[in-house]
Amino acid sequence: MFDNPALLKAIFGRLTLESLPLHEPIVVATFVVVALGGITLVGALSFFRLWGYLWREWFTSVDHKRIGVMYMVLGIVMLLRGFSDAIMMRLQQAMAFGGSEGYLNSHHYDQIFTAHGVIMIFFVAMPLVTGLMNFVVPLQIGARDVSFPFLNNFSFWMTAGGAVIVMMSLFVGEFARTGWLAYPPLSGIGYSPDVGVDYYIWALQVAGVGTLLSGVNLVCTIVKMRAPGMTMMRMPIFTWTALCTNVLIVAAFPVLTAVLALLSLDRYVGTNFFTNDFGGNPMMYVNLIWIWGHPEVYILILPAFGIFSEVTSTFCGKRLFGYTSMVYATIVITILSYLVWLHHFFTMGSGASVNSFFGITTMIISIPTGAKIFNWLFTMYRGRIRFELPMMWTVAFMLTFTVGGMTGVLLAVPPADFVLHNSLFLVAHFHNVIIGGVLFGLFAGISYWFPKAFGFRLDPFWGKMSFWFWVVGFWFAFMPLYVLGLMGVTRRLRVFDDPSLQIWFIIAAFGAFLILLGIVSFLIQIFVSVRRREQLRDDTGDPWDGRTLEWATASPPPAYNFAFTPVIHDGDAWADMKQRGYQRPLTGFRDIHMPRNTGAGVILAGLSVVLAVALIWYIWWLAIVSFVALIGYAIAHTFNYDRDFHIASGDVTHVEDERTRLLAANTQAG
Amino acid sequence: MSRLRTLVLLPLLASLGSCSMVVMNPSGDVAAQQRDLLVVSTALMLIVIIPVMALTIFFAWRYRQSNREARYEPDWDHSTHLELVIWAVPLLIIICLGAVTWMGTHLLDPYRPIGRVAAGKSLTLGARPLEVEVVALDWKWLFIYPEYGVAAINELAAPVDRPITFRITSASVMNSFYVPALAGQIYAMPGMETKLHAVINKSGDYEGFSANYSGAGFSGMRFAFHGLNDADFQAWVAKAKDGGGKLDRSSYLELERPSENEPARRYASVQSDLYKAILNMCVEPGKMCMSEMTQIDARGGLGLAGIYNTVPLLYDKFTRRGTVFGPAPSYVASICTTEQALAAATNAAQPALPTTFTPILGAGLQRPTPMSIRLPSRSATGAFRSPFNS
Repeated sequence: MFDNPALLKAIFGRLTLESLPLHEPIVVATFVVVALGGITLVGALSFFRLWGYLWREWFTSVDHKRIGVMYMVLGIVMLLRGFSDAIMMRLQQAMAFGGSEGYLNSHHYDQIFTAHGVIMIFFVAMPLVTGLMNFVVPLQIGARDVSFPFLNNFSFWMTAGGAVIVMMSLFVGEFARTGWLAYPPLSGIGYSPDVGVDYYIWALQVAGVGTLLSGVNLVCTIVKMRAPGMTMMRMPIFTWTALCTNVLIVAAFPVLTAVLALLSLDRYVGTNFFTNDFGGNPMMYVNLIWIWGHPEVYILILPAFGIFSEVTSTFCGKRLFGYTSMVYATIVITILSYLVWLHHFFTMGSGASVNSFFGITTMIISIPTGAKIFNWLFTMYRGRIRFELPMMWTVAFMLTFTVGGMTGVLLAVPPADFVLHNSLFLVAHFHNVIIGGVLFGLFAGISYWFPKAFGFRLDPFWGKMSFWFWVVGFWFAFMPLYVLGLMGVTRRLRVFDDPSLQIWFIIAAFGAFLILLGIVSFLIQIFVSVRRREQLRDDTGDPWDGRTLEWATASPPPAYNFAFTPVIHDGDAWADMKQRGYQRPLTGFRDIHMPRNTGAGVILAGLSVVLAVALIWYIWWLAIVSFVALIGYAIAHTFNYDRDFHIASGDVTHVEDERTRLLAANTQAG
Repeated sequence: MSRLRTLVLLPLLASLGSCSMVVMNPSGDVAAQQRDLLVVSTALMLIVIIPVMALTIFFAWRYRQSNREARYEPDWDHSTHLELVIWAVPLLIIICLGAVTWMGTHLLDPYRPIGRVAAGKSLTLGARPLEVEVVALDWKWLFIYPEYGVAAINELAAPVDRPITFRITSASVMNSFYVPALAGQIYAMPGMETKLHAVINKSGDYEGFSANYSGAGFSGMRFAFHGLNDADFQAWVAKAKDGGGKLDRSSYLELERPSENEPARRYASVQSDLYKAILNMCVEPGKMCMSEMTQIDARGGLGLAGIYNTVPLLYDKFTRRGTVFGPAPSYVASICTTEQALAAATNAAQPALPTTFTPILGAGLQRPTPMSIRLPSRSATGAFRSPFNS
């Protein structure tokens, strides 16, 4: 039976034993480590009987706070994968000199740099940003949950499904060898006939559904579910940036979906949108993908700006300077981010007027961005700055990001871009803004809101270790790349001729090693904090003397967030409430209407992953079965009317009394 | 801390001086002007960047919690004067930078023939620029010198101080043609042509490469660029004519197959229309050129007949071109004779005509030429007059 190739092909599509990369010792070793880790994890979860708990309390949860935490976990796990790729690249480039081929062949190396970019943007930065917005925004606007709680759970699992597909490509088949944006014709069927690009397409399509729906959800939440009295101009600045980011997501991600769909049509049914022949034009793809790609950059950085605003204002013990101009700066950036995409390919050879237009619009973005930097600066002015971890990240950001912003404006000058485009200078620039901006912001946000999520602070010692390793490591890893860029070294090279370049790559590799220590310190920090949680516990719910509404409730917040919906009279709602001697209501609690958990998100996302894998490997029967199941289950789910329940007033009273007791104990102790 | 940073930076700065930053120290006038722009823009931005960084450090230190001397104003959150300054200063800088950008982009447009040989050195009147046709192949560069009828793989030479006009295309995927010492890069794209005007001012050996990832052999897609004085350049051409074979369509199809780390070599003669055929993707015999296709389409197209005018693909340099659900791989067959063209045109359905004949108007749009000239003319028999007949 198994020697009939036609039958095997019908069952397994193009999946054969040769698809497993058994000939790549590095991949096999990785697989063994991952498998051992996985078995240990599964074993431990089974031994401690945690599966039921995880399923009931987390996987099926529609609580925005738990979903937010799951996004963060996903982002951190994927950070480890993305960073492994980074350090492998740094090692290869530090070694491959003087006739040496390094230790990676081009088949492997080209997958690594593609996977690094894809993972870091789609499965590290996006989940971390979305996770923070998910966790914080409903609390900041005084809502019980997001507008569509089930959709939120479904969005998370679709994002996780995309991550599963990318991870699968490591061990079954291969990933794309095209660079992270998969430009055709290289990503077309003629030049990439293997499964790599299909893995890329379907991972992004599955995760893209999640991102888009979560964007719709958060826009709706912010527009419709603010507490009474919270006008648009009284919204916390993080919520403002979250709103702008989600508007960008809703407007930009369909473009990505469409352009990848067109590429899939080229690859599956032989259309000619982006081929060389039959009137296709690859540059259409480049335009379209950057029409998504540039707003994507702002999708990542705007929430980070919001985090820095919250952190600066809190730790300077001061209102944010220039709230109004901050809001308008954010809106201007949101709009302008759609008018600059062509600066990613000035070298395509558009005319001088087109290039200057896009160059100048790009520079204009630096005006509101600069205004933001000044606003943070003047928030610090005449403040009383507590250098806790979030504030340290913020100051490091302000020093690092300005350099990245400057090199960004340099690259926006078309003739300068002609000499720096695709060089390591460019690589240094975007790592400068993404690490120095987005990642520093995320770390500030994580250490800022961690006590809100778990009720205890993160250990400051290991946090500072992580901070210094990251910041110093960043400068060591990327300043050499600026220099190499000016020496005319281009990106994505696997081997080098000129021996004088090697020292710079070694310094960069050393920087990457420091960043590794930073990541390890971060993991130790979490481990140590969990161990020392009793010493680090915060019972007040307001460990930093916060100013916005999320600090008004308990840490971790109860499932219903606020027993009574707060009424807002001022921008810094919680600071205002504290100043006016706000008294927590202690009686009169009512039943609270809440959404019920559901496993539909996990099941729908699981079926989507199966469908994607079937399409990647040309297993048509499985594709049909999973597609029918997906649609069928989605329809069946609409008939599930058991969607909500009430938290009885007695239970609410119980939870709130416990908080009253803790607060009282705390006041006595304090 | 800041002293520590200076100490760390010192050796780096020292080595900066010694290392070869070709972008900051190029040998061609275009690249030198691009470098100048880089320096001017950086200087302009430092006007605001340095104060911001200094103020960040100063405020962070001055308003630290333990410093009770510093003023603390928790409710101070607005100042119209300050707001004016923080929006106006970046705005003014961007206005300057924008003006510089607009001028620089137009002056250094790669399509624009260069206006001078070097600073203070104007063009010799009537001097013809050196024409070089560049083709990015998987994974090597082909340079054709139509003036001399020679070609070279992975080796480019040009006389010092003579303007060069590059016409650039690609045979397969996108690459970027870049010689940092000479001028900025520009993409090499299949079926499309980009241009680059440049000049080299100092003789010497420089490096060129592809600056856009193009697949497995990308790292080895490097070539030597020789800036030579006139006599040496003539000798270079002569040497190419002496040794080396002939580059015609069939040897090109051999060359086109993917190969990595090709050593430099030269061709004594080149088929004259080869570059045009590569650009129009019709080197293979029997394939219709893009230029013909666009001409036919501009006159209304072949209609349904065009769909049948394809031939199954026999030769294919790719691993596989067909898709799982798509039609068999094919290409548009060329129309070789007038009779064939007429037959194709007669078979064609009525070409679609616009339903409204009102001219399109709008700011900046040229008034369309009268419709009678633009529409395909018809003979008395109603047959389509072939574009090839005139």
